[in-house]
Amino acid sequence: MQFPQQIHTDIISTVEFNCSGELLATGDKGGRVVIFQREQESKNRLLSRGEYNVYSTFQSHEPEFDYLKSLEIEEKINKIRWLPQQNAAHFLLSANDKTIKLWKISERDKRAEGYNLKDEDGRLRDQFRITTLRVPVLMPMDLMVEASPRRIFANAHTYHINSISVNSDYETYLSADDLRINLWHLEITDRSFNIVDIKPANMEELTEVITAAECHPHQCNAFVYSSSKGTIRLCDMRAAALCDRHSKFFEEPEDPSSRSFFSEIISSISDVKFSHSGRYMMTRDYLSVKVWDLNMENRPVETYQVHEYLRSKLCSLYENDCIFDKFECCWNGSDSAIMTGSYNNFFRMFDRNTRRDITLEASRENSKPRAMLKPRKVCTGGKRKKDEISVDSLDFNKKILHTAWHPKENVIAVAATNNLYIFQDKIN
Amino acid sequence: MFSKGTKRKFSDGDEEISDESLVGARVASSYNLQRQSLLDMSLIKLQLCHMLVEPNLCRSVLIANTVRQIQEEMTHDGSWHMVTEAFCGPGQSPSERLVATEVLCRSREQDAEPKLFSVISYEGCREEEVVADETLCSVSVSDTVSNVCLAGRVGQCWEKSELSGVERDEEALEDSRLGSGEDEEIDTEDGASTESPKTTGQVFGTFEIKNGSPGPDSALEELFSDVDTSYYDLDTMLTGMQSAPKMGPYDLLDSLAPSHGSPSIVSTPTCRSDLNELDHIMEIIVGS
Repeated sequence: MQFPQQIHTDIISTVEFNCSGELLATGDKGGRVVIFQREQESKNRLLSRGEYNVYSTFQSHEPEFDYLKSLEIEEKINKIRWLPQQNAAHFLLSANDKTIKLWKISERDKRAEGYNLKDEDGRLRDQFRITTLRVPVLMPMDLMVEASPRRIFANAHTYHINSISVNSDYETYLSADDLRINLWHLEITDRSFNIVDIKPANMEELTEVITAAECHPHQCNAFVYSSSKGTIRLCDMRAAALCDRHSKFFEEPEDPSSRSFFSEIISSISDVKFSHSGRYMMTRDYLSVKVWDLNMENRPVETYQVHEYLRSKLCSLYENDCIFDKFECCWNGSDSAIMTGSYNNFFRMFDRNTRRDITLEASRENSKPRAMLKPRKVCTGGKRKKDEISVDSLDFNKKILHTAWHPKENVIAVAATNNLYIFQDKIN
Repeated sequence: MFSKGTKRKFSDGDEEISDESLVGARVASSYNLQRQSLLDMSLIKLQLCHMLVEPNLCRSVLIANTVRQIQEEMTHDGSWHMVTEAFCGPGQSPSERLVATEVLCRSREQDAEPKLFSVISYEGCREEEVVADETLCSVSVSDTVSNVCLAGRVGQCWEKSELSGVERDEEALEDSRLGSGEDEEIDTEDGASTESPKTTGQVFGTFEIKNGSPGPDSALEELFSDVDTSYYDLDTMLTGMQSAPKMGPYDLLDSLAPSHGSPSIVSTPTCRSDLNELDHIMEIIVGS
């Protein structure tokens, strides 16, 4: 385990590895983006086994004021998504509630010297002094990482943006808010296509909102979006310009024996992620993670309980609003394992093949750098064994909502409030 | 154990009542109280939503759906015989599920109070009528030992509702005293259910259009102008919320002066309850 990075003074609101896993981006509530880069593994320096260090920091979004509605627009970064790398520079999309920005992160390690019209320090040279013409020469300099905004995609969302997803065509991406999904071209900022609109004519009839959306990893015409009623819709953009009619509709029938007033709230899907293979997708609702086969709409193929012991506490969790927490989930590179967060700084990993699961804690006190993490267990009742923690002692303010898994290796990033933990998993 | 002549409030008084049915009815009544508490909590959450600068639409929708669900069920149940409900099939008694979470459903303010539901006795149920009478006159909770638990709960109801449920239940009690034979719950439920379409309308209407802010004073008056109209008159309540300007929590604190005129509808005896209600609202806002 790498020593927790406490670079963010604000709560971390999103974590994302880039396509190679070399870079890790985090966004926070203050609108800042911090990018970590993995150190090259060197045989000589055994101690630094691919640790992540700060590579670049920049302010992505600032707080804004919507004068028309007299509302402040938060600068909190809701999502970051990397674009596939096509040249030496790196590109990422970062979104707050209303605006998406395309950032270019580039390195500069050379500087031109020997200008004709100005001195090395930038002052204009006296024209009388210029007697010869010279060609500037590129000289090495200390590495500088620059982040510059290349595109700003604004004014397309009335409601809060909850998802962005880059399409596999590498030309378009989608952005979703509570009621609409828009399709953008990366080069065009002054317009977007609305592809899903679930806003009812009469807002009084609103009973369902969009909670997450993602493009299919291989089929650039397909995307899914999840709802607050626990349903997922797969849409095909070839079918119509406006994808209000789904191609597939995924919903698990409700278990009538476990019905309560909170059933709908806990069925609300907080995150949806396609597997790398594109064959499956995973959804996270309040108490469980479900894996769906895209070919089967009537129920998931796998269901994993994240913290079933909370089912009897739903009333309290409703009262303190924790029931509305939106947990994310992620696949590992080979789709053999999935991970999601919980409370008390716990996070859970499930191995899909062996059906084993493990609960780990992201906390400074309990782990030293390079030490193995100890599995944790929550005791649900009766006698509490040593090392177990009882449900009532869980700290519901310490929630792990955002986790990310390296696309190729067993390296995970876990955001616990304003701390970022990076773990290298040695198992399988 | 139970005197033959005693009429139970919650069940049809004509039949001879057995112990079992009383237990069942007790469970059912605690379920109703629990459900009521959930409804109260949800409505407060929706109200607070309006006070925030930018409410979360997903959360509001989920809460509104929960409110609608409760109201639908209350309407549905209200027309059912209370005892019959308690005898629902083993697999489908909703009261069991909610009773299981009863310990956790107590709101913050109730933490200090003794366990209410488990202490409710038959006497307690019967006393409710009497207790309510007393609260009509003053807010102070009745001293009688047997009343303490339930009275506390009922007293909490008055405060928590922020609106004078006094009038509402007054009507209900009068009705029952007049022997209309209706369950106390029915009035409230009917009132509640008819308002639900408008409820959500007011909730989501605000997301579309912002009304001009008339100014903090009048807004505050509007905010509390319907404090005591029927608690279940959601339409009025949420209309009041809608036209309130977007104030941050600090604005509300600043403008909340004790000298601020009480709403006209509140009659003198309940003036004190009004202040308690304001304190209570403040607690919620500051606490949240």
